[in-house]
Amino acid sequence: MLYENAINVLYIDLTTSKIEIKRRTDLAGYLGGVGVASKLLYETMRSELPLLAPEQPIVMAIGAISGIYPLITKTVAMFISPLTGEMGESYAGGRLALTLSMAGYDAVVIHGKAPRPSYIAINGENIEIKDARPIWGMDSDAVGQFLRDHEQGGGKRSILRIGPAGEKLVKFASVCVDTYRHFGRLGLGAVMGSKHVKAIIVTGNKTTKINDFKNYFRVYQTIFKSVTGTDLMAKYHDLGTAINVEPINALGALPTNNLTASHFDDAGQISGEAFAKNNLVRKMACTGCPVGCIHIGQFRREFDKGYEYEAVSVGYDYELIYSLGSLLGVSKTDEILHLIEAVEKTGMDAISAGVALAWATESLMKGIVTEAETLLPLDFGDSENYYKAIMYLANRENTFYKVLGEGTRFAGATFGGKEFALQVAGNEIPGYHTGYGNLVGLTVGARHSHLCNGGYAVDQSMTTFDENKAVDTLFNEELERCLVNSLVICLFARKVYNRETVLKALTAVGYTLTDSDLTTIAKRIYTTKLRIKEKLGFDPRQVKLPKRFFEAPSIHGTLDPSIAERMINRYVEKCALLLAEAPSIPLTPPAI
Amino acid sequence: MKVLKAIAMNRCIGCLSCMITCAAVNQQDHSILKSAIRIKTSGGLTSKFIAVVCQACKDDVPCAEICPTGALVIRQAGGVLLDKEKCVGCERCVTACTVDAIYFDCETKLPIVCKHCGVCARFCPHSCLQLTEEVE
Repeated sequence: MLYENAINVLYIDLTTSKIEIKRRTDLAGYLGGVGVASKLLYETMRSELPLLAPEQPIVMAIGAISGIYPLITKTVAMFISPLTGEMGESYAGGRLALTLSMAGYDAVVIHGKAPRPSYIAINGENIEIKDARPIWGMDSDAVGQFLRDHEQGGGKRSILRIGPAGEKLVKFASVCVDTYRHFGRLGLGAVMGSKHVKAIIVTGNKTTKINDFKNYFRVYQTIFKSVTGTDLMAKYHDLGTAINVEPINALGALPTNNLTASHFDDAGQISGEAFAKNNLVRKMACTGCPVGCIHIGQFRREFDKGYEYEAVSVGYDYELIYSLGSLLGVSKTDEILHLIEAVEKTGMDAISAGVALAWATESLMKGIVTEAETLLPLDFGDSENYYKAIMYLANRENTFYKVLGEGTRFAGATFGGKEFALQVAGNEIPGYHTGYGNLVGLTVGARHSHLCNGGYAVDQSMTTFDENKAVDTLFNEELERCLVNSLVICLFARKVYNRETVLKALTAVGYTLTDSDLTTIAKRIYTTKLRIKEKLGFDPRQVKLPKRFFEAPSIHGTLDPSIAERMINRYVEKCALLLAEAPSIPLTPPAI
Repeated sequence: MKVLKAIAMNRCIGCLSCMITCAAVNQQDHSILKSAIRIKTSGGLTSKFIAVVCQACKDDVPCAEICPTGALVIRQAGGVLLDKEKCVGCERCVTACTVDAIYFDCETKLPIVCKHCGVCARFCPHSCLQLTEEVE
């Protein structure tokens, strides 16, 4: 915790209802966030047991200075991913980081399985495992409304919940955090479902005196000004991440119709501007973030004759517009919002759900699966049927949807059509078919996400592609993000929080760290993650990349598998060097 | 002399920068529980945000009226200032405030009262809060 050289960890065993709070001084050298979470995952995971065994942990962690500076707003969750079978790592904003710090915890470790559907109420040191039988089966929205009224602490609490997809163990089920944010990727929703946990509510009353007000507030103001008064964050506030639709499409990197094309002719109709013009009604923020990148889109839907309308409001972002828009050939903003509503209610990751349905569509077109299996004549652009298919997927309606709910890789391996199953190491791809940086970045990235190392940016920054330089950049970026994520800073603010600013922010509240200390911490964290992956038997050289990635043109032309392979090998060598260096990385906690 | 007004809460994004800075500047604390302004939803995050803050009552000032020790001193522009020396922590002001804008700090045994310093308005990114001249 702040001003303490220790990490407070709350352990919850759902099987025995045993609660333990440990003050771990030995974890201080991991700073917090992804550092502490990786270490706790490494300690508690059971690689010899099934992926969803009750013994497997869910770890959540915040950072050393969470909530006290602008945009240090995220919470990291780590777990074994039921989707990929290896390291799961996901980030959510909302109010969770602030409420965890007010509850007095740097990290929470949940293991075991509740004997019946339950929800966990964390109120400072008072932890209760409560009956969730009446709310089991409810959609994500409804369960939030119910718990809001049933539980105390309005205005300073966070409510995490899963939808029916999580209960039914769809392997890419998500966790909704405070209505508009999510632990979206890699299936944390299924892990919660497997433990019979429908929801987690966090609140607390902890206060913390500021030690050196002048110094702290000077740094706070400087960061606040650079965030609100310069154009560093403008794009996230103005049009939001949806601003990327047109430029990515113009580059020829917007996966369309299951990546049979990397350009969507109707991109202009689903651009950030189009959403702003047609649907944007409101912007919102995570607690402590004056930027407010959360864009809420609204549309009205006729549900019956006689002028019967209902209003639907959901948050939208670039990734969702890609996965439920261009990738499915859907070209109307209202229809994309309609599909977002479906994944929100059922509680599934929007990227994975979109990619799974895009694969199903192409498989149906190619005769690999039949309409008797898909139950619907799925067709690119037909959002009504996609809406129904999302419901079938979440409900695991028949054998076909059961298999699809295991992930796109599994579906491709089961039915055939794995060469156009858009996944890397089991994780469905984000919307950037930019080139080797992206593809190799997804393969070697610790969690196979574009957020591991920003491979798409590496591709965009190079006019002439240099594979060695690209690998080095990917590696260095992954390493640096270990540090940013140990503080759990929103990645949108990664340019604001450069090393200099991070050091100032830490020093102002008494963490006397140097630049080289930060490098050491980053290496320690990355090493821990690599060891987790090793323990789970992962080797990036064994990843089979679907052919489609080498057929659809990227911004660096059509990709050559042998170049990708060379880059992956080079990356693996760099990891081996880091691991060899690891024993010499000193584990000294920061002086406070 | 100025008073704080929540003039455009429709535009609030719920960042709580106002609460974070109020607690930091006025109570030297990192916790939003120490803020004199509170942002709440009026029924979950899909609803509008509302600001619970001193309305700068003038002439008739219920909290000051009920204070048995004269610890709440009426400001000329509206609202009150707390004289910590005189406060006995009876919490009557908390119940007297019709809009629930006075919070009792169980640690210091003192009420947290907005003094209309305007720091919250300064850090409001959408200008929902403004420090305005008193209206006659």
